[in-house]
Amino acid sequence: MIYRETGQFRTSYAADQAIFPIRQDRIGIAVILLIAFVVIPATASQYWLETIMLPFLIYGLAAVGLNLLTGYAGQLSLGTGGFMATGAFAAYKLATAFPELHIVVVLLLAGLITAGVGILFGLPSLRIKGFYLAVATLAAQFFLLWLYNRVPWFTNYSASGVISAPPRAIFGEVYVTGFEAKPLAKYFFVLSAVALLALLAKNMVRLKIGRAWMAIRDMDIAAEIIGIRPLTTKLSAFAISSFYCGIAGALWAFAYTGSVEALAFDINVSFRVLFMIIIGGLGSILGSFLGAGFIVLLPIFLNNALLSLGLAEAVALASHIEFMIMGALIIFFLIVEPHGLNRLWQIGKEKLRRWPFPY
Amino acid sequence: MDTLYSIFVEPFRQIAEAPLFFFEVLIGGLAAGVMYALVALGFVLIFKASGVFNFAQGAMVLFAALFFVGFIDLGLPIWLSLIITVMVMVALAFAIERVVLRPLVNQAPIILFMATIGITFFLDGFGQTIWGSDVRRLDIGIPEDPIFIGDMLLNSFDLFAAAVCGVLVAGLALFFQYTPTGRALRAVADDHQAALTVGIPLNVIWTIVWTVAGLVGLVAGVLWGAKLGVQFNLALIALKALPVLILGGFTSVPGAIVGGLIIGGGEKVAEVYWGPVIGGAIEDWFAYMLAMVFLLFRPEGLFGEKIIERV
Repeated sequence: MIYRETGQFRTSYAADQAIFPIRQDRIGIAVILLIAFVVIPATASQYWLETIMLPFLIYGLAAVGLNLLTGYAGQLSLGTGGFMATGAFAAYKLATAFPELHIVVVLLLAGLITAGVGILFGLPSLRIKGFYLAVATLAAQFFLLWLYNRVPWFTNYSASGVISAPPRAIFGEVYVTGFEAKPLAKYFFVLSAVALLALLAKNMVRLKIGRAWMAIRDMDIAAEIIGIRPLTTKLSAFAISSFYCGIAGALWAFAYTGSVEALAFDINVSFRVLFMIIIGGLGSILGSFLGAGFIVLLPIFLNNALLSLGLAEAVALASHIEFMIMGALIIFFLIVEPHGLNRLWQIGKEKLRRWPFPY
Repeated sequence: MDTLYSIFVEPFRQIAEAPLFFFEVLIGGLAAGVMYALVALGFVLIFKASGVFNFAQGAMVLFAALFFVGFIDLGLPIWLSLIITVMVMVALAFAIERVVLRPLVNQAPIILFMATIGITFFLDGFGQTIWGSDVRRLDIGIPEDPIFIGDMLLNSFDLFAAAVCGVLVAGLALFFQYTPTGRALRAVADDHQAALTVGIPLNVIWTIVWTVAGLVGLVAGVLWGAKLGVQFNLALIALKALPVLILGGFTSVPGAIVGGLIIGGGEKVAEVYWGPVIGGAIEDWFAYMLAMVFLLFRPEGLFGEKIIERV
């Protein structure tokens, strides 16, 4: 009743091909954007902005990147952490080597560099499939982290191996990175970047390139026979996915933590992002954000719950129990809804169509 | 020029100059490789029988070792702790089959893979919640004296580990070859549907496979624990077993052994002779790079089944 397309006629091809053809969806998106751009900045405390919204948005971006590769193009990757680190270190080198470069340009270039690295490590995907490929992408994860950890050039010869984001401003005076940056400015900066890139991704998967990815995912030999080139399709998936992950990593280092070492992007980050897209839903942009929200909020929630139970003094024990519950919840989620939160949302929409009538 | 020299000439000159040292390094690496192979073996058993890529094998190694050393620290004799730990691993296999695998039957492989990562988290947390996260020494009387064969200095612990591994593999081979259960396991590995048709209960087989994998994990855990002490790091050894797996092929027991030897020997030799040239600690990624380059030439691993794809 509430959510149905009755009476909404599409009279042109443009209307038919719109991203959100149903009016209720458009209203929903507008409301979400309104909340993100107006309500949250107006009401959220600094703690919420800095420790929840920023990691949520950045992880969401990385999850979109991995979802393009794994959910849409079907190439399982465990190298997300390595690609994020590449983005972070590329942005750092660019920002310190060319101080006059605008921060947006720095981020885009860092993304492009990561895309190049992604293509390099995507090359095996032409020969290797499935879990063999997943293990091969672990090579990217370990090699890249080792590189940034061991080669002092990447950290500008800092003794501790930690890189600190130099202060950079947009619109002249508004600092978005470095010590002077206000949480609100950082939030708006990250939110704009994430919103734009998510919109781009949403469009990309509806284009020829996205359809080619999905064809390769569903059956690569069949796709090859109908004239889709596996080489360009797989490598473009790796490149664009790495571009997203690279920008997410750069934002992580520049806008979220401010200073970061290579080990912050270890294998656990890769697993986290993979969890996000599985729990959120493979092959769905919305699902990436749902999964990111779930995985970012769950540990905070568990932590607070355990603290309120009086486990504050036994920090180690609490972290073990947290691990345990996390693992159990992941298994529970997979059993209850293997297709992720996005599927729940779709089922909900189907229900809303008829509600409150039985059929 | 200097770099090229130190990469392509210098290591070989060193090898030629001190071949004995080279063999010591190589054998040390091979011994480590045997231990990797033990972890990889658990992966292979489960992948063969159920097609599940069991990421939790490393966690099972840690879990088994934690329980074993925990019971010993409580004052129980070694044989009793061993029996109790074996029972714990059997119970774990039952629980995993009942709680995780059965509801997820017929799901995509990636979902099952994710579920095993969930199991990993759970086991890591559970084991350490019960037994704490301190490093525990495990001393079960394995000799650790250096011994000389000819002029070579070897560690008797490594030889012992290799012997245990050999016995285990031989035992598994006999079990697979000559017992009815083993035959059933091979049938399931070959073709699930056909096995079901001739009346082999899949659920029982999966429980058995996870039990066997758990026991192999226990052996690996005891050996690694005796070498390094029982601690959280044991779970990370699983990550080292992954390149072993893809090198040997996911479905081949001999592949796991040979792959383990290649990876173990290769990474030690590379670390000692080429490590200093390019910055050290290359052990972290060398195995993966080796495996990746190798896969470019043989996508199904050394002994894996040939991948045939049809539309």
